[in-house]
Amino acid sequence: MDFNDTKDEAAFRAEARAFLDKHLTPKTGARPRPGSSKDALQRAKDWQKIKAENKFAQITWPKEWGGRGGTSMQSVIWGQEESKYDAPTGPFAIGLGMCVPTVIAFGSDAHKERYVQKALMGEEIWCQLFSEPSAGSDVAGLKTRAVKDGDEWVINGQKVWTSGAHYSDYGIVLVRTDPKVPKHKGLTMFIVNMKQKGVDVRPIHQASGGREFNEVYFTDVRIPDSDRLGDVGAGWKVALVTLMNERLAVGGSPGPDWGEIMAYAKDAGTMSDQAFREKLADWYVAAQGYKLTKFRTMTALSRGQTPGPENSIGKIITANHLQDICNSAIEMQDHYGIINDTETMPGDGIFQQSFMWAPGLRIAGGTDEILKNIIAERVLGLPQDVRVDKTLPFDELKAG
Amino acid sequence: MNFDFSEDQKFLANEARKFLENQCSMAEVRAILDDESKSYNEDVWKKVVEMGWLGTSIPEEHGGLGLGMLEMCVLAEEMGRVLAPVPFASSAYFFTEALKLAGSEAQQADLFPKIVSGEVVGCYAASEGPGNPDAGSLKTVFDGKTISGTKVPVTDGDIATHAVVLAKDGKGASLVLVDLSAKGVKKKVLSTLDPTRSHAELSFDKVPATLLGKSGDGEQLNDALLDRVAVLIAFEQLGGASRCLEMAKDYAMERYAFGRPIGGNQAIKHKLAEMYVKNEVARSNCFYGAWAVSTDAAELPEAAAAARVAASEAFWFASKENIQTHGGMGFTWEVDCHLYYRRAKLLAVQAGSPKVWKEKLVRALETKNAA
Repeated sequence: MDFNDTKDEAAFRAEARAFLDKHLTPKTGARPRPGSSKDALQRAKDWQKIKAENKFAQITWPKEWGGRGGTSMQSVIWGQEESKYDAPTGPFAIGLGMCVPTVIAFGSDAHKERYVQKALMGEEIWCQLFSEPSAGSDVAGLKTRAVKDGDEWVINGQKVWTSGAHYSDYGIVLVRTDPKVPKHKGLTMFIVNMKQKGVDVRPIHQASGGREFNEVYFTDVRIPDSDRLGDVGAGWKVALVTLMNERLAVGGSPGPDWGEIMAYAKDAGTMSDQAFREKLADWYVAAQGYKLTKFRTMTALSRGQTPGPENSIGKIITANHLQDICNSAIEMQDHYGIINDTETMPGDGIFQQSFMWAPGLRIAGGTDEILKNIIAERVLGLPQDVRVDKTLPFDELKAG
Repeated sequence: MNFDFSEDQKFLANEARKFLENQCSMAEVRAILDDESKSYNEDVWKKVVEMGWLGTSIPEEHGGLGLGMLEMCVLAEEMGRVLAPVPFASSAYFFTEALKLAGSEAQQADLFPKIVSGEVVGCYAASEGPGNPDAGSLKTVFDGKTISGTKVPVTDGDIATHAVVLAKDGKGASLVLVDLSAKGVKKKVLSTLDPTRSHAELSFDKVPATLLGKSGDGEQLNDALLDRVAVLIAFEQLGGASRCLEMAKDYAMERYAFGRPIGGNQAIKHKLAEMYVKNEVARSNCFYGAWAVSTDAAELPEAAAAARVAASEAFWFASKENIQTHGGMGFTWEVDCHLYYRRAKLLAVQAGSPKVWKEKLVRALETKNAA
């Protein structure tokens, strides 16, 4: 048992570091705030291009698509090393991680020719349009309609929580092509040009105050049938492939952790509070549990094995953990803790900022409840929930 | 990255599981639970001795298998799964590790082979009542030749032939070695929450004792010993917690209510998913403890404490929610749920409660931060 790289892994890590050192500066202690400006977007595009030209973009993609043809372990190592630098990767995570692999899996040769290289080189950005106001956890309940008109489909409806829609060039959109059949059977996936007439992207004003996500309205948007991914009515199958392509999470915690709150407690003179000390121990154990579980997953990859299901515990731990730490940090500051000001507050107000982000983290990418269902059903093998929506035609289902 | 047990160690785990499922079924555990005159299962103990497991981490020149702490961790998890009603932890974790830490060559050469053969069964006697004993609070006295005082509770105190005792002497606290067959030793069996593991009050009246390690090193040795043992107990807890999740899952699949298995209800599914999350957090922290104890890493204090805290929480949660999942049946004597609930509590407080280990953990983090 050790934490060392194999010889090949160490060689790859050294190569990655040398490359990163040449192009970027290592991160400092300050955490970047979420959000993006135009400059940041251009930086991200430039960095993506440099990576692609040097075969560090999409480590596991086959070489024919411009990837490195590397192993999953190399991809994890790259992620670890890149995250130590101020690498602007955000705008490409969803497109290259989920959308473009779906195009590669289901698109025509013409699609692949047209889209893959441009996406990899950072010239075009992709977004994923699945969620709707009435279809979150139950995404197959979506209502956006596509009606065939000659060689084209006419799209009307609304998507929501679409990351990066405002700067995306293309998207993959899941729509309902047949409401007369049960919900999972009436869906179809398309490629959509986000810059075309009838696509209206509006930022969502989040509970946290920021505007990082979007609503996307489709009004008589026309998509040629040739831009369909998979068969008519097979959209759910295609969507599952998209979701399976979610990259193995290798990042750190999504906000301040036990180390930050301990440093703050030291400054504030509250380390002697026994109740706080016990909580601190619990936070350390949870953070270590998450970190070390990823090490177990990496070990399986390093040994050339398929990782076990243990990685599924990740987001349930981290999102709740973050919310709890921020809550305690604010209460530790008593009345003063209510001040939400990055200029004057300890840790640049990161506890207050993250306090307002944490509820979103518990919902995004699978709510706590859906993730627990997934563990119960797929890991433990417990029965699925009773469903009333599986056999009825979609247009006969109750909705609200 | 190589953060997992090796294929050989996994093979050992698998063999141990098969052996214990055959030789240490719940009937063997209940044989002790339901018979007040028995403090441990002699048949199971004999077979465990025959397997050579007591010598797992004892060097070959002293009759052991010469394996390491990782192999001990693997066995501890399996012993925890089946609630083995034998003094394995006392002899193979506490007593053996104390000898390894502080024993002279002569003491080791004398006792190691006898531990392996089962001729000597060791135990560790530190507690004198509520709270963690230290040089200031200890009442048991070592005068250089004999000890006098009372230790309570001592796990396996009535079964053991020898004890390592924490006592006070002129230089503070010291560890001493005591032959429990000597005159002046009184053993009183105690009734505890977990009757499948034996506990006693040991009284010493001028009982011959020899120093283990240096005089005055007792507190430091006690801490070092508990860090090492904590990792092994955490693996026992992990084994118990894993078994509770399996029991709860199996029952939730076969128990029907309202026309379908209760395991189809989200209230049960989410409860079991939470058990799974806690168990995996415990497993990962236990692995880190195993790494630290097997490599004598500087990180051992925080790794051992984190393993202990995580495994105590996991076993507590899994054992109580396993009863809850079983409903009324879970509250009967004949269903095994309460045996795990009892063992979970014993292991949570043996060698320091979670509160103690949380404090140790934070102190270790503070020390690290200050450095």
